[in-house]
Formats: sequence, structure tokens, C-alpha cells
Amino acid sequence: MNGPLPRRGFRVSRRGFVKLSAGTALVLGLRLDDALAQAPPPEKATPNPFDAWVRIGADESVTLILGKSEMGQGVYTALPMILAEELDVEFSRVKVEQAPTNAAWYNHGTGGSSSVRTSYTPLRQAGAAARAMLVRAAAERWTLDAATLTTQSGAVVGPAGKRLSYGALVGSAAKLPVPDHKTVPLKDPASFRVIGRSVPRVDVPAKTNGSGRFGIDVRVPGMLFAVVARPPAYGGSVRKYDAGAAKAVKGVRQVVELPKVDTEGAFTRGGLAVVADSSYAAIRGREALQVEWEGGPNAGVSNDSLRHDFEAMIAKGGAVVRSDGDVAGVLGAAGARVAEAVYELPFQAHAPMEPLNATAHVKADGVEVWMGCQGPQWPQGLIAGVLGFKPEQVVVHTTLLGGGFGRRYAADFGLEAAQVSKAAGAPVQVLWTREDDMQHCFYRPFSLHHLSAALGEDGLPVAWHHKMASTSISTFWDPPERVKHEESEIQGAVNLPYAIPNLRMEYSHAARGFPVMWWRSVEHSVNAFVVESFLDELAAAARLDPLALRLKLLAEPRQVKHPAEGEGAPLDTRRFKAVLELAAEKAGWDTPPPPGRFRGLAAHYSFESYAAEVVEVSVSQGKPRVHRVVCAVDCGQVVHPDNVAAQMEGCIVYGLTGALKSAITVKDGRVEQSNFHDYEMLRIHEMPAVEVFFAKSGAPPTGVGEPGLPPIAPAVANAIFAATGKRLRRLPIRESDLA
Amino acid sequence: MAIRFTVNGASRSVDVDPETPLLWVLRDTLSLTGTKYGCGMAQCGACTVHLDGEATRSCVLPVSAVEGKKVTTIEGLSPDGSHPVQQAWIAEQVPQCGYCQPGMIMTTADLLARKPKPTDADIDSALGGHICRCGTYQRIRRAVHRAASGGGR
Repeated sequence: MNGPLPRRGFRVSRRGFVKLSAGTALVLGLRLDDALAQAPPPEKATPNPFDAWVRIGADESVTLILGKSEMGQGVYTALPMILAEELDVEFSRVKVEQAPTNAAWYNHGTGGSSSVRTSYTPLRQAGAAARAMLVRAAAERWTLDAATLTTQSGAVVGPAGKRLSYGALVGSAAKLPVPDHKTVPLKDPASFRVIGRSVPRVDVPAKTNGSGRFGIDVRVPGMLFAVVARPPAYGGSVRKYDAGAAKAVKGVRQVVELPKVDTEGAFTRGGLAVVADSSYAAIRGREALQVEWEGGPNAGVSNDSLRHDFEAMIAKGGAVVRSDGDVAGVLGAAGARVAEAVYELPFQAHAPMEPLNATAHVKADGVEVWMGCQGPQWPQGLIAGVLGFKPEQVVVHTTLLGGGFGRRYAADFGLEAAQVSKAAGAPVQVLWTREDDMQHCFYRPFSLHHLSAALGEDGLPVAWHHKMASTSISTFWDPPERVKHEESEIQGAVNLPYAIPNLRMEYSHAARGFPVMWWRSVEHSVNAFVVESFLDELAAAARLDPLALRLKLLAEPRQVKHPAEGEGAPLDTRRFKAVLELAAEKAGWDTPPPPGRFRGLAAHYSFESYAAEVVEVSVSQGKPRVHRVVCAVDCGQVVHPDNVAAQMEGCIVYGLTGALKSAITVKDGRVEQSNFHDYEMLRIHEMPAVEVFFAKSGAPPTGVGEPGLPPIAPAVANAIFAATGKRLRRLPIRESDLA
Repeated sequence: MAIRFTVNGASRSVDVDPETPLLWVLRDTLSLTGTKYGCGMAQCGACTVHLDGEATRSCVLPVSAVEGKKVTTIEGLSPDGSHPVQQAWIAEQVPQCGYCQPGMIMTTADLLARKPKPTDADIDSALGGHICRCGTYQRIRRAVHRAASGGGR
């Protein structure tokens, strides 16, 4: 994950696990995630170098303590499965505990489809090391060679029926040296008993009976409730206000001025908080509040003004982020067969079903915060900095998340709650109403794309020129000297899997402006639509089958490296081709679709995984309906098949919503949409049948939470082209586009 | 003035602004947080409870309207999570983030009470007013059919 996580100090390599204590338990500490682990300056380092722990108790308990957030993606199930496998205990034995926030390490991030892919090896090594120590303890007890012993479901087993449970061995095992994690033997995946099985997810029962506790459900003795009136235009402020009527509402306690915060990696909008005895009293109080707002520097910003800026930037020419061959020469050659198109993708809001909220209690000696967040260290550091505490004085309790999708990585909602609690002198829950959540989001960037391509004599593209302009996540969050667009906006467009000899991409970004951030699959949701739609245009222009065109461009196996560092493994065109072929086969691409239905396909590489989707749509009276989606995914070793299928279903619905239903638009510096009546969601009667298939590559696990999303919008648009001959170059698809 | 009604079998009396939506009385006054706030305008269904047995959006229902009536929330649907709909939800591994599911389950329980063998069209009609941002609709449909056929686990 890259972006606005606080970046400071030096990078450390992952440390091996170290035994922390001995006695009634065997406890190993480990670092889960190199990529996220960044150390503070040495003078601020604390003694604790770990972000996860494995604790095996004398009572046979096995606990995995880790800082990962459960937002329905299944980390509380998948990660203990990996440990159970190598430790050789029943999965049901492993309990997960949320690790405390650790001010020293920005290690608790849950995003970027990273949890399983980055934790897989460290957790296997930890399980194997603990198992080896338990075996050695038994060998010493029995004075036998450890090589003659084995393990079975939480016990070491020896010859002649000898058997000692792990709990009986932890005391002596804890006194042994820890094996080197890099050389400890791991299981042959062919012998896996837990990994690859769809065990029931541990978080599900509490989500069917009302007992699951989300941030909004936190109840603290003496707590108050608040809502915040924020400047409607981004960057605006309070000109003047009268709190009299608000305070007259029964249950309203006070109205608090909130200063805005806008520093590196931190952003809140400021405004006025209405503090009350209940959420509803706070909402009523805010309705009664009389405020005049300053529009601020962005009061003139709108979709139209941004589009105008983008056009000018593209005309002027952006930064060249890739240049292979001679694109200008090929496109400008006499008699060249050239295709051109303009694509536009809108702002999108995350709209998690649980609107943002946080509960904070600021006391003289520290702060306690309860919130469903994707990276608790960020609010921890931010609250400490703004309110004048040391980071270790701020404790963030991570609850269940009622949807994250990237929005809950930001720390603004935690900081606001702390600011209000400090002013109120009491624990306070700050609720964002749905309108607040939708109008004060950090949106998916708005973007404009000019594409041109030249076709060779065989119909295959020989030149491809992509000129992109957008609002930029990096520009919004990073200081100017650290802005790195190659990390944020151009992925999936700059590293095409397709062999096109002359290839050029230019990128321009708008000035720091509208608040933008990661939206599920980030730039991939944008760039896959542009690339896979335009490629379909080229297939149509060349009268080639869209699948055949792609397979020809993938014919030669290649590794495509991403220009930015730290973006994971290079794209392997063989795996890309394999998911396309699998999806096509399962969808029956070579056979006619059912009457009245038309097919489209698209594929994309993101978060180190490969996904291809074939859809069947019909179009009636200007309305598209998606009937069926066949999804093929190569996410390496599948840890929990049913959960991966669930994530693909979720990605497809999220992407379909963006393709068919909703967009955020800006006028006069403010968002025009406010709730689900004007920012609509896909609903059950619009749900296609989704079938998920796994392409087996033998690779280690890669991303799951996002890679299913990027292909769906272009697959649908391509199918609509097949149905109607109309090419859709902007989203969401409007009835007028199909009239 | 106190407003009296029954929640999950227990009689309750609350002294709040009678215009307060039932949702906020359940959550903030009675600390029954299983019923969720999603939109505040009856667009998403997360706040669905049973009012005298009928699925009702609590976010737009003034508490004054429930005087003397029986309210059932997700916490009271069954004593131990064993309602056939809850069992089917677990069997089909429906929830992801889970936030919308109490509302989905309450509406489904009402649907099955009225139509023990719902068609797909019945399901669309009953649950079309609900939103799941995680995209669990396919599993929800399977779980409704499973509950209707009496198959929990």
C-alpha cells in the first residue's frame, strides 16, 4: 500500500520472530508485513518490534494477536487458517485477538488487497517454528531424536503411542532457542489440510444476531452524541453562525467550533459540532443551527471546470510516463489506420453501509478512541499531534467495520471525535449522517483520457497513445517533493500486458483540489475501463473477435514490469492469458449466447492477481441488464475458496454499481449527491448470476479484495456494444447513451 | 411524556421527543444497537424491525407511532440466533461486513411468515428496498430459499 500513510524515518527489514516470554505459554512475536513496516526515527523507537504474536497456552489455547481489521473480507478466518496449517492444530482452536495500537510501527494497515499475500509466509514460518520447538521439547522429554516424532492436531506424537499435547509442552518449549524463520522447514502445499478449505467464517454468526459490534454501536458510560456541520464547499469555512436555536433543541448540550486540519497526511474539514444527549437530538440541533459559510478557494470548482482544465492539460502535453518505439511517427504516417476516442470516469464515493463514525474520550493523561478503521496508527498519530499527546498516550480500539473500501483508511473521522470530546469534556460519538458520509468523502479521482491507436495490416494495434489527466491522490496527500504519480494514477494503463511495439503514455494532474483517495481497486477501476474498452474498439475496427485479438497480443510470454518500485511482482502474460481463456471457456465464448443476450469480456492485472470476466447482457428500451458474469481469477494459492468467491461477487457488485448506477458530481465546489436516492446502489433484483473459477498457477497467494472489480465495467460496456453497436466511453451508463 | 411499548417481549417506557424515530430510541435510549442506521430516509433497509410482526423501517417511524405496540428487533428474533433465517444466513455464509444484514434478516423473516415458499420475484419485491454495498445479494437469495425449504445447516 502506498499513499498517505505517514512516511518517516528508515525502512527496516522484517525481523525474525523472537520469543517474548516463557513459563505458562509459548509466545512468538513476528513482523507480518515488510511493505507496510516503517520505523520511526530511532529516538522515537519503542522496545516493541512486533506487529503480531502467536501465543500457545498451557490450557491448549492458541491465540493469534494481530493488527488487521475485519471488514467482511475474512481476515479473521484466513490468517488463523495459515497459522493452524503449519502449527498443525485444528483451525477451530485458533482464536484471533486484535493487537493493541503500536505507536512505533505503521503496521496495522488493512488495505491494498494485502493481508493474505503479505502475511502468508510469515505466518507459515511462525507456525512451523513453534511446531519445531514443541517437537524438540517432546524429544528432550522422551530422550528421542526429534526426527522420529511428528505432530497431529495439537499434539506431538512419538513411537509406541507416545503423545504429548502442545499445552503440556509449552513450558519447556519456551526455554528453547527459536529456529531461524528463513530456514525452518515448511509443509509441502500438497499436504495442506486447512489451507484451501472453506471453513465457516468466524465473524459470521455475530453478524446474524445483532451482537456484532461496529464503531457506531460503541457505548461508553457517560457518552454524548454529536454531528458536525462541515463547510459545504470543499475548503470553505464558517463566516458566522448563531447557535441559539440549536441549543434550544431538547437534548442539545453545546455547539463546538472545530478548526480544520490540513497538514501532511492529515485533513479534516472543520466546522461546527453539535453535541447532544442522543444522535437524533444532535441531528435536530444541526438542522436548527444558523450558519453562513464562506465558499473558499474552491467555490468555483465543478465537473465542467475540471474537465476544461483536463482538456487544456492534455492539449499542452503531460509528463511522459512511458515511451516505447515511435508512436508519433506510426500514428502520423501516411495512410495509417488510426482510431481515436475520449473516455471520462467520474468521482465515486465509497458509501459503506455503516456511515463514518468514531467515539473518543479525551482525558488529561491520554485519549481512548473506538472506531472501525483500516489503519489505527494513522488516527493515533494524528490525534496525538493535533491534541498535544504522545502517540503512546492514544489508544485506538478497532471495531468491526461496516464496510471500508478505502474510505476507512483516512483518519479524519477519528480526529474530529477527539476534538469534540476534548471540547465537551466527555466521551463523544461523532456520527456522520449518510449525507455527511457522501458529501465529505475522499473520492475516487475524476479523469479524462484521450486515446489513439494505429492498426497494422493484420488488424493488430502497432501504436497506442494514452493521454490522461485527473485529480490526483498523491497530489492531495503528499507534499510536493514526494508526489509520485506513477504509484497512484497510471497503474494498469502504463503496464499493459499486450505486446504493442509503439507505446506512449502521458499523465497530467490537476492542482491540489478536490479530496480524493483510494476507492476499492483505486486507479485500476479507471484504467481497466479505458484500456479494455479501447482495445475492444480496436477489435471492432479490425473486425477481429475481442478474445482472439487479446490472445494474439499475449501470444509471446513476457514479464511486464511496473515502472514504480514496490508495486509487487511483474505481470506475467501467461497467467493473464490463462484467466482470459478460462473465463471464455466457462462462459462458452465460442458458442452463441442465449437469445437476446450479448457477451462482452475484459481482463485486468491488479494487486498481483489476474482476473477476467465474461458477461451476458440484454438491452431493452435503453436499459441494460446484466444476466450473468463468469469470473476467472488467478490469485495464486487459494487459502479460502468460498471467501475468494465472495470477494469476487462483492467486487463485481461494487464495479457494476459504478458502471450502471452512480457518480459523484461537483458544482460550486460541493458534491451534488446526498443519499441513496441520488447516488443509487445496485439492488437484489439487478444482481446477475456470478460464477467464479480459479486458474491454478502454483504461485503464492496474491490479492483478493479488489482484483475482481476492474474488469466488470469494461466487460459490460463491451457487451452493450455487441448488443447495440453503441460505444460507451463514460460511466455510469446513462439511458441517453443508449437511446 | 412517557411512551410505552413492548420491545422483544419486555415492556419499555421512554421519555423522549415523540418525533424521535424509533431507530434512535432503540439505539441510543435502549442500547439495542443491532438495528442499524444507514440512510435515515427509508432507502436502504438497514433499520428494519418488526412492528406487530410486520417489517417496518424504524428510521422514519416516530416513536409516538409505536405506543402500545410490539417491536421486535434482530436481538429478539430468536433467543439464541436459531431462527431459520439466521441459520440459513450462516449456512450460506451470507454476511461480509454484515452491517446491512440485520435488516435483510428481519425483512426475510417477515416475508417467510407471509409467504413460506417465496419465488424469486417475491424475494426481489421484499428485499429490493434493501442495499448491501458488499454485494451479498446472490447469497441472500440462496439463503432465503434455504430458509424456506427448512434447511439451516
